[in-house]
Amino acid sequence: MAPDPVLTLVWAGIIGLAIFIYVITDGFDLGIGILFPVMAPGAERETAIATIKPVWDANQTWLVLGGGGVFAAFPLAYAILMPAVYAPLIAMLLGLIFRGVAFKYRARTSRIWLWDFAFFAGSTLAAFAQGVILGAVLQGVKVSGRSYAGGWWDWLSPFSLLTGASVVAAYALLGACWLIWRTEGAVQDHAYRMAWRGGAASIAAIAAVSLATPFLSHDYFSRWFEAPGLYFSAPVPILLAITGLMFIRALRRRAEVAPFLLAELLFLLTFVGLGISIFPWAVPGQVTIWQAATAANAQRFMLVGVGLLLPVILGYTAYGYWLFRGKVGAEGYA
Amino acid sequence: MFDDMSALALARFQFAFTVSFHFIFPAFSIGLASYLAVLEGLWLKTGRDVYLQLFHYWLKIFAIAFGMGVVSGIVMAYQFGSNWSAFSDKAGPVIGPLMAYEVLSAFFLESGFLGVMLFGLDRVGKKLHFMATCLVAIGTTISAFWIIVVNSWMQTPQGYAIASNGQFYATDWLQVVFNPSMPYRLAHTLLGAYLTTALVVGAVGAWHLLKDRKLGRAAQPATKIMFAMAMGMVAVTAPLQVLAGHEHGVNTLQHQPAKIAAMEGHYESHDRAAPLILFGIPDDAAQVMHYKLEVPALGSLVLQHDIEAATTGLDKVAPENRAKVAFPFYAFRVMVGLGVLMLLLGGWAALNAWRGRLFDGVWQQRLALAMGPAGFVAVLAGWITTETGRQPFTIFGLLRTAESASPLAAPAVAASLIAFIIVYFFVFGVGTWFIIKLMGNEPNPEDKGPGKEQTVDVGSLPPDALFGFQLAE
Repeated sequence: MAPDPVLTLVWAGIIGLAIFIYVITDGFDLGIGILFPVMAPGAERETAIATIKPVWDANQTWLVLGGGGVFAAFPLAYAILMPAVYAPLIAMLLGLIFRGVAFKYRARTSRIWLWDFAFFAGSTLAAFAQGVILGAVLQGVKVSGRSYAGGWWDWLSPFSLLTGASVVAAYALLGACWLIWRTEGAVQDHAYRMAWRGGAASIAAIAAVSLATPFLSHDYFSRWFEAPGLYFSAPVPILLAITGLMFIRALRRRAEVAPFLLAELLFLLTFVGLGISIFPWAVPGQVTIWQAATAANAQRFMLVGVGLLLPVILGYTAYGYWLFRGKVGAEGYA
Repeated sequence: MFDDMSALALARFQFAFTVSFHFIFPAFSIGLASYLAVLEGLWLKTGRDVYLQLFHYWLKIFAIAFGMGVVSGIVMAYQFGSNWSAFSDKAGPVIGPLMAYEVLSAFFLESGFLGVMLFGLDRVGKKLHFMATCLVAIGTTISAFWIIVVNSWMQTPQGYAIASNGQFYATDWLQVVFNPSMPYRLAHTLLGAYLTTALVVGAVGAWHLLKDRKLGRAAQPATKIMFAMAMGMVAVTAPLQVLAGHEHGVNTLQHQPAKIAAMEGHYESHDRAAPLILFGIPDDAAQVMHYKLEVPALGSLVLQHDIEAATTGLDKVAPENRAKVAFPFYAFRVMVGLGVLMLLLGGWAALNAWRGRLFDGVWQQRLALAMGPAGFVAVLAGWITTETGRQPFTIFGLLRTAESASPLAAPAVAASLIAFIIVYFFVFGVGTWFIIKLMGNEPNPEDKGPGKEQTVDVGSLPPDALFGFQLAE
């Protein structure tokens, strides 16, 4: 049973949205984990944890929707890509296990350093692995028939290591900016300093990945440097540069919310850039979204669920954030 | 240790290991979420603080168990693709949407309101907080529904067709969702979860009752209430579970007779009056049951309610379609044996309660304590029965397990399997230890729940805890 071409586009959009929401929400949770070693044990770490404790679990659920969504809407792409990124995928899952349980365990033990380390290491490993997976998919995988045909180290390349490090830097930036917004006093002062460094690292990372990506394949190159692709892609670096400058200005005048929003805008622009590079491939250079898409009746059946439930989910997610709003101290939400 | 194992065997072992570990937590948290909703409801209705105290006591335990269930569950969501990619490709158009519905209708609901449930009582007020607790409980139940739909469709597929590219696709979604084994498996699984939780709560209550008696002090009201509620639940659900299990068996006989033959250890078919094999040692190579202890004619009576009924043995199943008998045969006996003990425990508690001496029945309490983990063992034994009994297929009769796996090299799977084993035993071992420690605490009237208690008291930490882990900036 063939997929519906228009619904395939809709589903690519829905999964793009789920992955984007995951990245910009769990990104700051993981970023706080990445920054944990440079935060002082005691009040600073407790404050940082308290800001995300009520929301991180819901943020992480978007990753399940992203992965489950690819399985549901593009099963062939899921079947090819998951074995291709086997090692970093398992690493991400193990990292998320340590990150997730550390929230609960660190409050129940006298060996708090152990679970603080697990929180840091798990967050960093998960972020790095997500970046590696992104790089491995972008650089392309070997396919034969309907399955992956490469080896189990194919994902490893200078490019995938670069994208891995870039995601770590960018999540750290989100974490620092989230803390600027949600804390005050000494914790916030430190968050500003971390945001400067995270911002510098992120901008360098974006530049490096942007310069490296077009040279991965001729197809990417022509989209970014030759007409007509150029007309769509050219605004992206320009907007990135403007956003970067606004971000620096916002940090200079010690704005509290603007750095976070601008950092998220940086993510949105890089996400659009990735979309320009990849579309309409589900597996770059091998399988298009229309070739990978599920049956039309499955697309419609799921769309009913998304149409009914996604607005409700967004509603109560927003309610959760609203409920736990405002500045946070070491003793948690007042 | 993995040298002689194929990538397929390793992938199967990894799935069995990770899913077994994972399911321990939902088996407990599905029931516990509902129990918490009942406790909070009772508190709102009666205004008695003892219910709030119990709510907070079990909420802390729930938070840890639920957290372990979530992180081990994400592994399952991705493992379909990483290790069973051929299955994912072929079955994706049917089961993918069902799992997407699970995420949309259950996972977001649970995770969205868990924060409110754990930390929000002071922020939202009693009524809204109760609603959050109920939504988490409903979320766990909806989650069970969808994953049981997926599993049941793989056991008793219907409402599908196969496309030219080898993919299954749905022809009728209602038939897919309400496939023949789904209602039975769902009832059996949910009752199993309630029973598991009741046994754990009962064991904790029994522990404190026995300890109080030994120390010569009066039992806390909270202890008595949790013990009484748990024993009442066991007394009601254990018989229901026997009934549900029986109906599930009848359903399996109808749709997967080869599985029943393996569970019952019937290598041979019988025209009438099949015996019920109580115990024996299965031998697949010779296709005989050694040293068998059997009751004549009871086999036909139990599942078909007719002594004249014929039964299908494995001799009527093509050799390449037979399951290995040992797993379903032994696991089924473990499950049924524990079920009988649960029945006994519930009946004994009911008898003691009727005589007005529920809190004095020392031996009944000792049995309740010993039976604390029985639910987990029974639930896992039940899943082992049904999952090994449908081999060698992933989609029963249609897609072989050997044709479902990912094209991965054995060393890759061996490495991930070793990593999972080390991490799971460490991480979930520690979590279980924290839970047991919490259960060892007497219910405390001063308890204010996780929202007030999870902030680390920095002043009380030893110095090395503060400075043991920090990189200099």
